Amino acid sequence: MSDAAANPGLTHAGARGAAVHHQFEDLEQQHDASSFGMWIFLATEMLFFGGLFTAYIIYRGLYYPGFAAGSHGLDAPFGAAMTFILLISSFTMAMSVHAAREGKRGMLVALLLLTIVLGAAFLGIKFTEYGQKWREHMVPGLNFHPAAEDLRGAPATSVELFLCFYFFMTGLHALHMIIGIGLLSVMAILAWRGKIKPENYDRIEVSGLYWHFVDIIWIFLFPLLYLIGGRYK
Amino acid sequence: MSTAVAEVPVESRVHYLNASYGIKSWLLTTDHKRIALLYLASITVMFFIGGAAAVMMRLHLIEPAGALLEPETYNKLFTMHGVVMVFFFLIPSIPATLGNFLVPMMIGARDLAFPRLNLLSWYVYMTGAAFTLYALISGGVDTGWTFYTPLSTHYVTTHVIATALGVFITGFSSILTGLNFIVTIHKMRAPGMTWKRMPLFLWAMYATSVIFVLGTPVIAVSMILIGAERLLHVGIFDPALGGDPVLFQHLFWFYSHPAVYIMILPGMGVVSELVTCFSKKKPFGYLFIAYSSLAIALISFFVWGHHMFVSSQSVYAGFIFSALSFAVAIPSAIKVFNWTATLYQGSISYDAPMLYALGFIGLFTMGGLTGLFLATLATDVHLHDTYFVIAHFHYIMVGGAVMAYMGGLHFWWPKITGRLYHDAWARVAAFIIFIGFNLTFFPQYMLGYLGMPRRYAVYPAEFQVLNVMSSAGASILGVGYLIPFIYLLWSIRYGPIAGPNPWGAKGLEWETPSPPPTDNFEEPPIVAEEPYGYAEQERAHV
Amino acid sequence: MSAPGSPSVRTYVLVFVALLILAAATTAIAYVDLGPFNTVVALAIASIKASLVGLFFMHLLYTRGLTRIVVLAGFFWLALMVSFTLADVFTRHWVGLPSP
Repeated sequence: MSDAAANPGLTHAGARGAAVHHQFEDLEQQHDASSFGMWIFLATEMLFFGGLFTAYIIYRGLYYPGFAAGSHGLDAPFGAAMTFILLISSFTMAMSVHAAREGKRGMLVALLLLTIVLGAAFLGIKFTEYGQKWREHMVPGLNFHPAAEDLRGAPATSVELFLCFYFFMTGLHALHMIIGIGLLSVMAILAWRGKIKPENYDRIEVSGLYWHFVDIIWIFLFPLLYLIGGRYK
Repeated sequence: MSTAVAEVPVESRVHYLNASYGIKSWLLTTDHKRIALLYLASITVMFFIGGAAAVMMRLHLIEPAGALLEPETYNKLFTMHGVVMVFFFLIPSIPATLGNFLVPMMIGARDLAFPRLNLLSWYVYMTGAAFTLYALISGGVDTGWTFYTPLSTHYVTTHVIATALGVFITGFSSILTGLNFIVTIHKMRAPGMTWKRMPLFLWAMYATSVIFVLGTPVIAVSMILIGAERLLHVGIFDPALGGDPVLFQHLFWFYSHPAVYIMILPGMGVVSELVTCFSKKKPFGYLFIAYSSLAIALISFFVWGHHMFVSSQSVYAGFIFSALSFAVAIPSAIKVFNWTATLYQGSISYDAPMLYALGFIGLFTMGGLTGLFLATLATDVHLHDTYFVIAHFHYIMVGGAVMAYMGGLHFWWPKITGRLYHDAWARVAAFIIFIGFNLTFFPQYMLGYLGMPRRYAVYPAEFQVLNVMSSAGASILGVGYLIPFIYLLWSIRYGPIAGPNPWGAKGLEWETPSPPPTDNFEEPPIVAEEPYGYAEQERAHV
Repeated sequence: MSAPGSPSVRTYVLVFVALLILAAATTAIAYVDLGPFNTVVALAIASIKASLVGLFFMHLLYTRGLTRIVVLAGFFWLALMVSFTLADVFTRHWVGLPSP
């Protein structure tokens, strides 16, 4: 008993299997709890981004011309490319969860690495865009001296307000991507070392949930930021 | 269901406190009970820091022209008092200490669902506290704990960003705690523990956790936005860009109103446990009390605009918020009626925890009723930003939440430490706190009604008598809080050893030794009875 | 996990192809003048894409109701925040108060 008291993680462990953490009764409960926990976290993220979406909805309603003008100043092909990249990365992520569940180590590592590379490509394009905005002098507060044609006839204040949303929302999204890439890197290393087995594949599943959620945020950001008022003009 | 527990002297039995020694075993623990104690230490420190700010303010206010401080310093003190007390004491208090300790025990589990996340939440809390204390030490912040724009974003030169960052970071501590509790309560109840067999404290913690999870992210994003606006000198609340400062208030209060229910719901859960144990009676209307906790959590999200009646918010929105604010009072009232009915014909004992519970019921009711004056659009125009508001929320937060916290701490102290505290001193302290509290805050209702504004370092001379009364009360209250600090700490070393159930209470946590073993139960419990099984014959009929 | 199974590889591939088509559609339709409907269509397609990712890649179609309640709760609370705030901002001018 003193053994178990000194190492509480070992109590009852033998009966339940080493992959099960000591607070759970069995693997099923553990998997169930970990996905449920991640979904609750994603609900918090909905509210976190939601504050920005709330503000966006209000200001777009009040200052539509400025928002449309600012939106047209964004590179729609870049935006579309980023959308495609993230959708592909979601596919590779979903397949990696599948591979983990099936115990296919090689496939798992390859797919995780592919997802990471796609995420990095996304960020590469994003930071290129930021650089472009800096050169155009269209960064709110820090460097905002737009040329007249960049305002497209809308008030400078409204365009600057739109760009606040552009930078805040895509910036927050990019931060989440960076965290996601970090998370997947850790998972890739664990998978490479053979630490991911069908018993604990829920780690990959839970990482996948996070990654897909960040993709969903971008699915909405693309039309809301890049396609205001269409691109037919 | 009960496991045979021998009355073994604490020293020779292994339990969670002596299972391992050394600072690493505490700082790297994943045992929910040890983490609860880590939180207990931290929030107690923060309580005394926030309390020190209050003492300085009350000393200053004994003179109409101010007795002690420059106005700028006074502004910093009321801000830090609010920030520290709200975010670093009240919000974590019961959930992170009693909740962390008791949630697994009450449902018959070995630990929470995510023990390492639990430890992380404490480190996140400490990081947030570090940023805020840094702001305090390097000169403070003077925007009020509400950080209204454009004052906070454009006009003050104090440490807004550090404080906002501290609040932002600590918010994640709350989110992790809430997430942990929700998953634990859904997925890890002992066999036979259905939802309707859970103690009411767990219903309250569940409802609180829902608010944690859905509300806190919004204040997190508000803090980021004001930080960004300060750094960039432009932002989405900036009128120069067409921004709306009132939008900040919407985002801020969307969380901060439910936050006040985060602060009171756990206290209500504690009171349900205390009132039943010390009346030796099952709760009147168990389901009503349980569901009212959920109702409070839900409706609390619909009423935030009642903080903004005079902010230039549309009066039509104001109508809706006002009506819904009346609605949110109903589930709270249901609880008060049910506790009272539980007391009726109960076998009442006046131990210290019960004194705190009874104090809660009275003082919370007064605070809650005064809330209705503020919920009424028309009267709020007169009362907004006066001492009436301050009295209202201190009656609920201090007369309610803090008293419930003290009651819970005393009730579960023997379980947590395995020791009994000095009973007579505990009762004396409870009385001193009650008297000091009322003397401090009742005059403030009158001050507010007569028109004294809040957050003012000076006031008209005709208000001096009431202010002096309030300050006198504050000194008594301060003494009242110091006394338990002393005897509780003393009891850890020198108090008589407690058995598993010194109060004769019902609940899984009382069926395990005091202090509990690391895995909480010798054998995993199986629940076959309804909760609060206080037998008829246990009650002496009056 | 007591989930009734997981999507097959074929399902994943089909959903992926659908997502690519929808993303292409969003981009292409933006270049067509639909007036105010550009926004409606773009958001509708975005919602469909998000649903596909959620239901299939995130396994919502394959999990128990409790998880779906969490997702719905998130949406509901977001809708709450947006609608009540809009109720303030867009009714201010009814009483002669300045809107931003």
